[in-house]
Amino acid sequence: MRTISAIGIFAIAVAPAFAQAPTTAQARDMAATCANCHGTNGVSSGGTDSLAGVPKAETARKMREYKAGNRPSTVMQQLAKGFTDEQIDAMAAWFAAQPAK
Amino acid sequence: MTMQRRDFLRAAAAVAGAGVLPGCATTGGGTGGKVVVVGGGYGGATVSKYLRMWGGGKVEVTMIEPRENFVSCPISNLVLGGSRTIADVTVSYEALGKRWGVNVVRDTVTGVDADKRVVTTAGGKTFAYDRLVLSPGIDLQFSAIPSYRADPARAIEIAPHAWQAGPQTVLLRRQLEAMPDGGVCAISIPLAPYRCPPGPYERACQIAFYFKRHKPRSKVLIVDANPDVTSKAGLFKRAWAEEYRGIVEYRPNHTLADVDLATRTLKFEVGDDLRANVINVIPPQNAGAIARTAGVITANNRWCEVDFLSYESIRGKGIHVLGDSTLSAPGMPKSGHMANNHAKVAASAILNLLAGAPVNPAPMLMNACFSYITDEQAIHVVSVHHYDVAKKTMVAVPGSGGVPPAMSPFIGRAANAWAKNIWADSLG
Repeated sequence: MRTISAIGIFAIAVAPAFAQAPTTAQARDMAATCANCHGTNGVSSGGTDSLAGVPKAETARKMREYKAGNRPSTVMQQLAKGFTDEQIDAMAAWFAAQPAK
Repeated sequence: MTMQRRDFLRAAAAVAGAGVLPGCATTGGGTGGKVVVVGGGYGGATVSKYLRMWGGGKVEVTMIEPRENFVSCPISNLVLGGSRTIADVTVSYEALGKRWGVNVVRDTVTGVDADKRVVTTAGGKTFAYDRLVLSPGIDLQFSAIPSYRADPARAIEIAPHAWQAGPQTVLLRRQLEAMPDGGVCAISIPLAPYRCPPGPYERACQIAFYFKRHKPRSKVLIVDANPDVTSKAGLFKRAWAEEYRGIVEYRPNHTLADVDLATRTLKFEVGDDLRANVINVIPPQNAGAIARTAGVITANNRWCEVDFLSYESIRGKGIHVLGDSTLSAPGMPKSGHMANNHAKVAASAILNLLAGAPVNPAPMLMNACFSYITDEQAIHVVSVHHYDVAKKTMVAVPGSGGVPPAMSPFIGRAANAWAKNIWADSLG
């Protein structure tokens, strides 16, 4: 029986990783690395910005400003430099789709 | 990479469950498989919650942990400094059960049968699993210190390690309180790798913070087996030279050989003996005992090597290992933050493996380690890691991460926000 390619889930198992835009599942996994400080699914417990329900353009713009060193921060300038623009867009889109509490 | 159509559909269903939020917290119930998690620290608690959350409640999760509550090592040095209490760093496991439907069992896992896929506990119970997660943290190598071998329990009453937060932290604080002004507290640090690289140096700052205000003629002496401060070296050395001038002294290349418990004297492989009023001996460490029982300690007889795409042991067998027990990738510290991040990669991978789907081939990790210099001012080190396909390990993303130019109250507030949020993310 013919098999089909695993498109749409984790379909980019070829080097280099993220040669193309991350999938939704990858965006979820990547956004989860933000949850330590910004709360599970982007709903903050306080002291940091909630990201859930924030428009994609706003989060992506802030991340690009951190990355460029144009936005004051404690840790975010150093962390934002670890992500490509495609990854930032994917995470921003994922958070925008989460219900704000 | 190809897969059967039905597996593809199951994987799609698993991903669709990602948006399921609280309210679905019925224990078990699912047909998505059974996961047993050993240990309720940053790794174990987080993987339990995320398996339930991302699995849409379909995967049955049992977390087995002997302690009644979670006690955080991060922030616990402030208990020694006197600005926090142990209650401030203690979090209940209640939400994992009530909100997320994790079956939280207070017991100690003593046996693993990887062929039958069953664990047994000290309490005489057995739990079957499809996937097993070991997140036992560290065990302290008391056998490395000759005078400890006969009675380690007595030794750590005299020389508390306080490297697993809880009663040991409270004991060390009491010893500091009982110490006369003009006394010396010695902190012995083992060779890296050990849990929380900056932790001993933050501890020195916190004890000095207490001394400066309450026992100003007292000293903190750091005797480090390493050739230099292993984390945020410039920032810590500046704190000792400025904020804690005349209080903190740092001595590198001091490998502990033995402790004379009767006289509270530290003996070194090279260097003069050191007698102190309070001795905080942090012993060398290895993966928690259950990792040895399960046969997944594979590196230097100390740590567990894992596949960084799934955190499954390189021995396979459906056993995943998280957190401090793993052989860390280059630049990856043994930290609670890392364990929380390991747990999310593992949860994602386990759900896909249970559904017969491929795992995320490009996981990412972040780490933030904050260290309080005073009760309000802190420093940090952060890093971002991605999977290197050729090296088959996690590597730091070039150009990312770093330390701040100086300690600040802003970083202190960020550290406090970090703690609040990671406790909620792991346990709430």
